[in-house]
Amino acid sequence: MNALGALLLVLVFPGFAFTFAFAMVFAWIDRKVTARVQWRVGPPFLQPVYDFIKLLGKEVIVPAGGARVLFLLAPLLGLAAVTVSSTLVWQGNIWPEKGFVGDLIVVIYLLTIPSLSVILGGLASNNRVASLGASREMKMILSYELPLVLALVVPIINADNSIRLGEMLQSQPAVWHVSGILAFMVAIICMQAKLGLVPFDIAEAETEVMGGPFVEYSGAPLAIIKLTRSMMLFLMPVFLVTVFWGGITGGGGIVGTVLGCLKVLLLLVIVILLRNTNPRVRIDQAVGFFWGPWVTGVALLAVALALLRNVIWA
Amino acid sequence: MGLKLKALCKSPWIFHINTGACNNCDIELVDALTPRFDVERLGVLLVGTIRHADVLVVTGGVTQQAAPRLRRLHQQAPKPCLVIACGTCACTKGIFHDGYHMVGPVDEIVPVDIYIPGCPPKPEAIIDAVVKLLRKVA
Repeated sequence: MNALGALLLVLVFPGFAFTFAFAMVFAWIDRKVTARVQWRVGPPFLQPVYDFIKLLGKEVIVPAGGARVLFLLAPLLGLAAVTVSSTLVWQGNIWPEKGFVGDLIVVIYLLTIPSLSVILGGLASNNRVASLGASREMKMILSYELPLVLALVVPIINADNSIRLGEMLQSQPAVWHVSGILAFMVAIICMQAKLGLVPFDIAEAETEVMGGPFVEYSGAPLAIIKLTRSMMLFLMPVFLVTVFWGGITGGGGIVGTVLGCLKVLLLLVIVILLRNTNPRVRIDQAVGFFWGPWVTGVALLAVALALLRNVIWA
Repeated sequence: MGLKLKALCKSPWIFHINTGACNNCDIELVDALTPRFDVERLGVLLVGTIRHADVLVVTGGVTQQAAPRLRRLHQQAPKPCLVIACGTCACTKGIFHDGYHMVGPVDEIVPVDIYIPGCPPKPEAIIDAVVKLLRKVA
């Protein structure tokens, strides 16, 4: 692997350009399905692209008293992290032998950075509402990261303690076991929180804190934030399918690939329906829910079951 | 500038400002945003903060209290942005014409791109005005 190849990998396929295109499609699906749930027609197919171009053309305002450099850099940090993690996940899917030991761990860390960039940007904008949103985002990270990582431990145990995405794909998918199904459900709930969608959109809560950390953003940085969120909407289902459900290629062949894409779409629709049928919870309710028996408890149970199964089989 | 405005016309995000309306125009404006009329077909979204806004919809003749705030909101909005005066009061002060506390119709405070008369204007009239405005700009 030379430098040019790595650059192409990150910037074109399966990195930035590829993820960008699919992020736009997924953002449109999100809005269209939401519209259909509300008995509307919904926006045209190119709507997310129009929004993106429009925001790029708008004036960029840095609030007085804000930390200028950090305010403008924070969205880029999130975008870079989600691009690289998307590259790693897709590389694991397409070329399973190419990954390195521990790329799963790297992806888990990189997926936290968009939330951190939201916190940084919110705190840098010298706005009370934004810092309120940033503090809520911090609490959300604290609440969902524990069950998410616990849930991700289950497929690692099932795949003979491998932390390489490529190796995990070659072993039996985690959802074939009871422990895997439990962990998968926990991971789906955590995905909802990670994407910052209703019922866990407490940080941006348009009706309470007017967009939270994004309240002062305008123009190109706002475009990048929206793009990062759409990319996460694309990446998270792909990531969960990769770790829990046999990956996009589904063991190879056209049938497997089509099934893999359908799995991703299914997860996307679950996210959208959850978002459209639930009210927003309070931050204390969210933390209690994630640390309580129904999420962290179930995740612990799944880990115990997976360990037990390993002991019995060995 | 051409592409900028073209994209803006495809996704006008609106921000609603009440500068002393009797709340009737506001009800009709919110009505125009309901699923029944589905303005998201045109890319219209209601945003919560002025920094995300492309179109400011102003309702009500401007009172002494509201005038400096309206001026400030117009300065805070990222350019290019458009202004709609929604309702008879916003266009001409309406029945509050001789009120002691009225500064003036909206266009004496900030530049207005399109006027929607009516007390209150129907949701259909508001949507029609938005479409006409976007055609004019594009």
